Amino acid sequence: MIARARDPAPRWAISADDVRVPIDRDADIVAARQKGRELAARCGFPTTDLAVIATAISELARNIVRYALHGEIVLKLVEENGRRGIEVVASDDGPGIPDLTRAMQDGYSTSGSLGLGLPGTRRLMDDFEIASDFGKGTKVTVRRWKR
Amino acid sequence: MQVPILKQGAYLIATVQSALTDDDLKQLRDTLVVSVSKVRSRGVIVDVTALDVIDSFATRTLRDVAHMIRLRGAETVIVGIQPEVAFSMVKLGLSLEGIATSLDLEEGLAYLDRKGKRSGPEVGDQR
Repeated sequence: MIARARDPAPRWAISADDVRVPIDRDADIVAARQKGRELAARCGFPTTDLAVIATAISELARNIVRYALHGEIVLKLVEENGRRGIEVVASDDGPGIPDLTRAMQDGYSTSGSLGLGLPGTRRLMDDFEIASDFGKGTKVTVRRWKR
Repeated sequence: MQVPILKQGAYLIATVQSALTDDDLKQLRDTLVVSVSKVRSRGVIVDVTALDVIDSFATRTLRDVAHMIRLRGAETVIVGIQPEVAFSMVKLGLSLEGIATSLDLEEGLAYLDRKGKRSGPEVGDQR
């Protein structure tokens, strides 16, 4: 174990199963979450996790349709220190989020929605990273690891 | 994907068959609100057993359905929320507070029957 920890192994052993889903309209939200569920099922996630992952993808995809009009979701299986997981990257070239701190608060929304998308997605997943350039777009990266 | 709506006695039963887009959900909401008075239903059951995801938009729409139908003088029960879906909804921060839910169609029908036997609708009943 010690020898292994010293090995500067690449952080991600990225599999060849990258799935890219363009997000332009309503129906793409369903397509993205179904593809995410399929990929996670292939990775061996239990049923509860499949629902969790699909729900998170749904929220991220809807944010693209609602705020940026179009973007994409890239799904991939990842590995880190011997554990496997799924990574979801949702990116768009929309207007960006002017106030990230508020966007991460429960109940804050500029569109009349419930305002749970981003904070809720953070709760659903293990890793959550967000980068948003005002005027340039938003990129959200989330991961869930197999227990 | 259209959701078939069946009339059974005094009730309307909408059975979701597969994943719904946001537009499908809105259409279901609008159809139910109109149909409930057209056929003079006392109650509406929305069976979501087939849904593998109930996200924030779906939750908001189901909530709207129940509130609108209550304003039309009938009751709504959401039935069949799967355990992993319930888990994800709670983690996301969603709830259907104030909305009747039942395990399955049978329980949903029993709930509406019980409601119907009581004398008139309770004002501001928030289960």
